[in-house]
Amino acid sequence: MSVLSKLKETLVCLKAGRVTLPYPAQAQPVPEKFRGRPIFDAAKCIGCAGCANNCPAREILVFDVCQEVRILKYLGRRCAYCGRCADVCPEKAITMSHEFENATNSIGDILQKLDLFMSTCQRCGRCFKEPSPLEQLKLKGYRMDDLGNERWVYRSKAFLNEEQTVDDVKIELG
Amino acid sequence: MLRNLCQKMFGRSLWVYHANSGGCNGCDIEVLNVLTPYYDAERFGIKLVGSPRHADVMLCQGPAMRSTAKALKRAFDAMPAPKLVFAIGSCACGGGIWFDSYSVLGPVEKVLPVNFYIPGCPPRPEAIIYGVAVALGLVDKKTAPVQFKQLELPMPRYHPSDLHGQGEMVVYTKAEKV
Ligand code: SF4
Ligand code: SF4
Ligand code: SF4
Repeated sequence: MSVLSKLKETLVCLKAGRVTLPYPAQAQPVPEKFRGRPIFDAAKCIGCAGCANNCPAREILVFDVCQEVRILKYLGRRCAYCGRCADVCPEKAITMSHEFENATNSIGDILQKLDLFMSTCQRCGRCFKEPSPLEQLKLKGYRMDDLGNERWVYRSKAFLNEEQTVDDVKIELG
Repeated sequence: MLRNLCQKMFGRSLWVYHANSGGCNGCDIEVLNVLTPYYDAERFGIKLVGSPRHADVMLCQGPAMRSTAKALKRAFDAMPAPKLVFAIGSCACGGGIWFDSYSVLGPVEKVLPVNFYIPGCPPRPEAIIYGVAVALGLVDKKTAPVQFKQLELPMPRYHPSDLHGQGEMVVYTKAEKV
């Protein structure tokens, strides 16, 4: 019986033939609707920060250097390739590309940084009506983008104190 | 340099230990997919082992959690040197989309030194194979940081005091560099 089942197994295996893909020697096409890395088009972006406010991973940081310069930084470390940024962008400046070969030995390699010129109103000297949605979030303490340390700092007081958390590994608090 | 070192030290088969420290299981399934005959990572000599004491490479999935960070560190310490750590998935690379949750400590690099990052949520099996091939020096990495500039500094700037109203029209007299 066991010999028979082994023979049967051999037959099944022979019938299946060779199934292994020749990847990475040969490129492997992706499905049509595959969402890979989002690619930012600096020529189209108007700097509205809609993508930054919609990203569930808080991966897009926005920082106003001065009235006319806004820096948009896509970090890509914890991007879930969900496509919400591309969905919300009014200018279609973000495309979900088919790039998936993003393996790297330095996490900074997937960064995209946009220095945007924000043209201001000739009367009031501002880009948006005051306070802009981004400023409203900042004033409430909901977001404060720290470009130097590449993280989103909360100003909220609802955080735990360091003593209240476990003592095995030190937890960084914003 | 790292690649030369890798080729020298890991010239033969890589034995991998697969550590999930709190991911959603998506990356686990993709890693196991890589070991099936269809993707067949055993072509590169990769073999899954059950104990970190037998392993050369640790495949980390999921962020370092407050509850598992200590265990992850102990598993890493149990591996014999030389050892490599691969962070697979967005959780391991950057903390995942729940990075600000109360139980998540952050990316695994807060606890372990990570050598290779494979972002994706989850990364395709091909992406994982690509990462392994990059580590083994079979292919070159394709990503590089990108910076776009819409402006050149210094740029002209106007001041409200330089605006002179003339009825309906406002005239701007002086363009100044800042
Ligand atoms: S794809 Fe999703 S996670 Fe990635 S940057 Fe866009 S909104 Fe954020
Ligand atoms: S949503 Fe689009 S236009 Fe707005 S800041 Fe993001 S990329 Fe630029
Ligand atoms: S990267 Fe995505 S698929 Fe992988 S463990 Fe995290 S949430 Fe799950």
